[in-house]
Amino acid sequence: MAAPEYPMPRTGPLDPPPDLYELQREAPVCRVKLWDGSEPWLVTRHEDVRTVLTDPRLSVQTDRPGFPRFSAGAPSSMGGRPTFISLDPPEHDVIRKMLAGSFTPRRMELLRPDLDRIADGLLDGMVAHGPPIDLVPEYALPLPSLVICRLLGVPYEDHERFQGWSRAFVDTTRQFESIADAGRRMTNYLDELVSIKEQTPGDDLLSRLLEEQVRPGALDKDSLVDIARLMLTAGHETTANAIALGVVTLLRHPLQLGELRDDPSLVRGAVEELLRYLTINHLGRRRVAIGDLVVGDQDIHAGDGVIAAADIANRDESIFTNPDAFDVHRDARQHVAFGFGIHQCLGQHLARLELEVALQTLFRRLPALALAVPFEELTFKHDKIVYGVDALPVRW
Amino acid sequence: MHVVVDRDRCCSAGHCVVEAPAVFDQDERDGVVILLDSAPPASLWDAVRAAARQCPSRAIGLEP
Repeated sequence: MAAPEYPMPRTGPLDPPPDLYELQREAPVCRVKLWDGSEPWLVTRHEDVRTVLTDPRLSVQTDRPGFPRFSAGAPSSMGGRPTFISLDPPEHDVIRKMLAGSFTPRRMELLRPDLDRIADGLLDGMVAHGPPIDLVPEYALPLPSLVICRLLGVPYEDHERFQGWSRAFVDTTRQFESIADAGRRMTNYLDELVSIKEQTPGDDLLSRLLEEQVRPGALDKDSLVDIARLMLTAGHETTANAIALGVVTLLRHPLQLGELRDDPSLVRGAVEELLRYLTINHLGRRRVAIGDLVVGDQDIHAGDGVIAAADIANRDESIFTNPDAFDVHRDARQHVAFGFGIHQCLGQHLARLELEVALQTLFRRLPALALAVPFEELTFKHDKIVYGVDALPVRW
Repeated sequence: MHVVVDRDRCCSAGHCVVEAPAVFDQDERDGVVILLDSAPPASLWDAVRAAARQCPSRAIGLEP
């Protein structure tokens, strides 16, 4: 059988491509053909995805031969030198440990009052403007952007610049030079910002990392800039898309939305279910083998690319009963929307909190929220590394 | 039930603290797991099993 092309087209905008269901049933570990003609393995079952993402014989280093690249324009991590998400142990572990203490669930919970204020402030603006409004630039995008700015100590006034650079990083249709240029600009911008913080530190994560890691020599300044670039990008682009798609999904399920509005204790489970159901990281978690291993019934050899398809793994009926039903009451915690293994999303508890606050505040303040255009007219981000909706016109 | 944690494997994802805060904590500096109770009462076993299942670096071991 010739390797099918990957990624595959969706038919429903909120469901994985039908071909992925077939592969999961018929050929759960199989070769697929990418844009450059390379043929990495695609892994589609939940159990195999978790196995792949925890196996130390699979590397995240994008510069190794055989690594399955998203596009010609995306040779490395977010338009610059590799950061810890593209490094294997032990280098990865050193950086992750420097940051992890700042993203624990307990730490994130302390941000809740700030997040409540930010969400309410954005809603005040929307109400003052009046409907209809595009929810993406007025709510879904500024909310996580304001939060990550406050956390890192980046001035929010610069949001149009860093949001634009981030959009380039996740765009598989951009040429290499366009992404590299965005990467250079963001690096220069953050380098300047870090230099300012060296002179006048603030109460923020970048200032703390300067003081605790850079000054004693555990981290060099360029690496801090690389980390800042990653956190600033990952800190808003992903959550913004998850919020907007989450709103779309809940509006498609008005009975469950009503339950959620009446019973705030449902929101945690609803967020897990949205993460599972939507899996915005829809082009797979990518690895390259640095040793031989067996996944499912296939032999994978050193040098082979491997793609762990989290979107279809999150619809695996051996783990999730009736997986294509959106159900806020289900226990969705086993999803792999944030990945699995040592590279599982560092900011996942922040993302969860942002989704909780964003959705709860939105539907509490605007209980009559509805799409201002037919669902069929919405367009989706098929060729972005992070899936989402392009615009979300709403009324209330 | 006897709980063991491998602090070298831990990647500070924090699921264990969400699932069973009476059994697990995280170091404030690097987020690495701290075991609070290696022999938790039966009422917490489900939560501890969930924590072990969710742990992305498989750093939690359960022994009968």
